[in-house]
Amino acid sequence: MPKLSKLCRHIRSKNAGPFWVTIDLFFHGSEQFEFYRKSPPLTEEKIADIYDTEAGNVKIFFVEDLHVVKISFPRPAPQGWYNERDMHGGQLFVPLLDIEVE
Amino acid sequence: MRDQPISILIPTGALGAGIDAQDIARGIRSGVDAIACDAGSTDSGAAYLSTAMSKVSRESIQHDLSILIPSASAAGIPLLIGSCGTSGTDRGVDWTCDVAMSVAKANGIRPTIARLYSEQDPSLIHEQLNEQLIHALPPSADLTHEAIDSCRHIVALMGVEPYIDALNQGADIILGGRTTDTAVIAALPIMKGVAPNLAWHAAKIAECGGLCCTNPLDGGVIVRFYDDSFTVEPLREANRATPQTVSAHMLYENSDPFRLIEPGGVLDVSSARYRAVNDSITRVDGSTWTTQPYTMKLEGAGGGEFQTVMLIGIRDPKILNSLEMFKERLLRDLEQRVITAIGLTAADFQLSLRLYGWNAVSGEKVPENVPAPREVGALLVITSSSQALSTRIAKTCNPYFFHFPLAATDELPTYAYPFSPAEIERGEVHAFHLNHVIETEIPLSLSRLSFAQY
Repeated sequence: MPKLSKLCRHIRSKNAGPFWVTIDLFFHGSEQFEFYRKSPPLTEEKIADIYDTEAGNVKIFFVEDLHVVKISFPRPAPQGWYNERDMHGGQLFVPLLDIEVE
Repeated sequence: MRDQPISILIPTGALGAGIDAQDIARGIRSGVDAIACDAGSTDSGAAYLSTAMSKVSRESIQHDLSILIPSASAAGIPLLIGSCGTSGTDRGVDWTCDVAMSVAKANGIRPTIARLYSEQDPSLIHEQLNEQLIHALPPSADLTHEAIDSCRHIVALMGVEPYIDALNQGADIILGGRTTDTAVIAALPIMKGVAPNLAWHAAKIAECGGLCCTNPLDGGVIVRFYDDSFTVEPLREANRATPQTVSAHMLYENSDPFRLIEPGGVLDVSSARYRAVNDSITRVDGSTWTTQPYTMKLEGAGGGEFQTVMLIGIRDPKILNSLEMFKERLLRDLEQRVITAIGLTAADFQLSLRLYGWNAVSGEKVPENVPAPREVGALLVITSSSQALSTRIAKTCNPYFFHFPLAATDELPTYAYPFSPAEIERGEVHAFHLNHVIETEIPLSLSRLSFAQY
């Protein structure tokens, strides 16, 4: 089972405003994108589990022309709370690198 | 049919990031109707809104305006700048205006400068809340009067209307308070009759300047509006705006890649087409714009808690082989000492111990089989209700944090600390408290326009 980091040329995360995070999975091409789309391991529930947020708020988009999957969800706490460790959310993508895709 | 396209030059994604005079001169020679860019963002955190301070230095703003103001003036085209002073407070507008006027004077010109303010009087926000005109955006709860009171500054994000109004009143330069990143670019095209779907779509793509090109750090872009499409071209000849790089920018810092909500409507790009005109220019069409009841997003931030931090470095393998145990014991010991030595309760302060090189970024527990790192940096972050108290806590923690043994019977170690004095007063903790929109039937009702007097 290939890992997401092998299927993608780039994976990134960033705040989308102070209350949301958005993660973009840039697949190498249509082959890898379609392979992922057949049985996507990153469901709303899985994202909620990894990022400690509510599944009902997770939004997942398939951007076919760009071979991109976009995943957005509310930050567990708004940007800049007293225990902030990643102000931009720029390192939040890392737990997804080893996700296995069937 | 237009004889000439309406063209907007976007010199940079953020005023003060560094503008190249030759880029601007070349762009203006190619024919443009306005220069527009944004000077702010929430990206860098709530401190800039809470304190109304600029993230960018005055010198950097002056550098960029020293190129833009004389260039726009000589070309006889307007210069529009949104979200002045990073957060777009009234103070940010006035600060930027002060720089702009000094630049104008130094160049011997007197352009008409409009200041557009969108900071809100909290008492009016309280009233609007009572009138049920303020609505929460997910994931936030309904707004409360307490949340309004916890904000030091509240701004409303302007759409295109205040900019069009200022242009109609003769402004050469518009220095706007908080504005959507797109509105400052879309304003003049919409005023000139460009279809709103094209204006907003182009503005979204161009809002970060060259970020929609193959070399994101290489200058800005020009968007040109034709009857049913627009083009995106890089400002610098070596750069390229391809269908791939242009369409991919819709993903950037956007929670939804297809829909963008703006004051007065929503842009939908799900059926947009991106085609190469040549190697470096991309043509775009096919998006739609649907008018909606006029709403403006509110941003508000405040402070209240204060932090003091201390940093140590550890390279002793004995500690590095037992980091989880070390961290747990150290934290427990420090908390206990603060409670007994100062007489605080656990609710009066927070200690956050972050082991850089181990798990400081994720904050997650590290699995047991992970090999020890070569070094870690341990950052102790102390948060309480005042700077003085946080520093007092730091001073109380100091000897233990710097010499904490793995076992009580061990000889006292000394960890590597880089600074003296060891504690660093980091300042206030600033937070965003508003994630809400306000309904307004009149788009100009939440903004104020005044012209600068030389």
